[in-house]
Amino acid sequence: MVSAVFHTPLAASAELRAQKLALEKPPVVGSEGPLVPPSAAVKRPPFDWGGMLLKALFPLVGLGLLVALWALATINSTTFPSPLETFKAAAVLFADPFYSKGPNDQGIGWNILFSLERVAVGFGLAAAVGIPVGFMIGRFKVLNDMVSPLISLLRPVSPLAWLPIGLLVFKAANPAAIWTIFICSIWPMIINTAVGVQRVPVDYLNVARVLNLSEWTIIKKILFPAVLPYMLTGVRLSVGTAWLVIVAAEMLTGGVGIGFWVWDEWNNLNVKHIIIAIFVIGVVGLVLETALVAIAKRFSYDDV
Amino acid sequence: MNNFILVENAEMTFHTKKGSFHALRDINLSVAKGEFVTLIGHSGCGKSTLLNLIAGLTLPTSGALFCDNREIAAPSPERAVVFQNHSLLPWLTCFQNVHLGVERVFGATESKAQLNARTKAALELVDMGHAATKRPHEISGGMKQRVGIARALAMEPKVLLMDEPFGALDALTRAKLQDELLKIVLRTHSTVVMVTHDVDEAVLLSDRLVMMTNGPAATIGEIVSVDLPRPRNRVELAADTRYVNYRKEVLDFLYTRHGHVEKQAA
Repeated sequence: MVSAVFHTPLAASAELRAQKLALEKPPVVGSEGPLVPPSAAVKRPPFDWGGMLLKALFPLVGLGLLVALWALATINSTTFPSPLETFKAAAVLFADPFYSKGPNDQGIGWNILFSLERVAVGFGLAAAVGIPVGFMIGRFKVLNDMVSPLISLLRPVSPLAWLPIGLLVFKAANPAAIWTIFICSIWPMIINTAVGVQRVPVDYLNVARVLNLSEWTIIKKILFPAVLPYMLTGVRLSVGTAWLVIVAAEMLTGGVGIGFWVWDEWNNLNVKHIIIAIFVIGVVGLVLETALVAIAKRFSYDDV
Repeated sequence: MNNFILVENAEMTFHTKKGSFHALRDINLSVAKGEFVTLIGHSGCGKSTLLNLIAGLTLPTSGALFCDNREIAAPSPERAVVFQNHSLLPWLTCFQNVHLGVERVFGATESKAQLNARTKAALELVDMGHAATKRPHEISGGMKQRVGIARALAMEPKVLLMDEPFGALDALTRAKLQDELLKIVLRTHSTVVMVTHDVDEAVLLSDRLVMMTNGPAATIGEIVSVDLPRPRNRVELAADTRYVNYRKEVLDFLYTRHGHVEKQAA
């Protein structure tokens, strides 16, 4: 490169800046611009309590209607509890959520935590295996052609059908439940990651080619951030299914957990507790989903 | 150096599932160092394909391309590309986007402080120093394209390749950026190959205008040498007879002699 003739951007920009300063008229002393005076800071608008109330209003009305219908339906029922009875039972339950009177009689708090723990482990394993596999399938067509039919074959199988295999191989309830979570959460993660890799805009890959980036840098700086939104969608989809499956799996395997608790209470004919369990499962599922949506939003960018 | 970029008998045929498409034939072109060459032609005439060949993003079916006496076998920061769709990575700030290129080219030999200085200088060259910490979705289309140009220039490439860089912008922004590009090129003495389909832009910016025939199997139709002195002022040139004549020549080629395909068929 003949550097004597080729002016570097460094030199060129210094020239430009000098020229600009020479051309710029000096600011008139004493007059303030018509726009924002320099001392004004941007004020944050006050918290919109009214807006928040309004947003919460309609869901609450919906919930209220549901409870009202429920009360109406159970007004003369002997078998199905009314909302009031259920609420009283819930108050008792949640007064002491973390008691422990033995391995099969634990507080509702413990049961939820046990279930969440199994979901977390199964889920974590599914992510650890599924995401790299998805990456490789997306990047290398050969692997895609090999593995895709397998995925299509195994994906529609109900995770509960995998449970006996888990029990056979692991010979214990806990690993079998985790295995079931693993096998049901892994498919969305693989597929969404693979699609994400395939959907990385060609332009970004062309940038990587022009810059001659190493394969590792491409993965770290281009593929991974580009695929992240798709990955998180896969994770979000999995979480809903995982939470669903753990309840069912626990009903079948017993031991501890919220699913086991539901089945146990059914055996005790304690319908109030079953209804409470339904609400609790729903709330936890909602919290999980909301948390993941928030994470997904954090990592998505408005792309033009 | 007269044959800084040399294209010898390049042919390009794409083999797709629907059959093969003969995009370019018989392309012979040489670009001198420090020259500003534009490729102009109707849509589908293969100008972007030719640019991709020079960039090394595609390899020719036959023929050879050389840059600075070395064969063009792969893309390289030496032949930096400014894409039509700015291609800034949306998860990086403007600074980081430019830094990516700077680090790649100069990372092995220079300190972090020097790399940062280069990045800053490149951004200031395109008047985007104030937006260094902003992400692409927070700035306008014109600004994004400027950062794209900054990224390309920061790598101090031998050749600057631009694929309809202002095509996605409105007319006013386009005019402003054309003027800025003129100033930058005057200072950096870059060799530039630009694809455009805007006749005014082509005549205003280039030293030589390469007009391509229509596809498929497009080739170079004519080359016009634009002998207008630099620095060029668009307002003054608008009334200049030479400018008007060049413009007429190009329009004549594009619309009379190599009019759009439909017109020829009719």
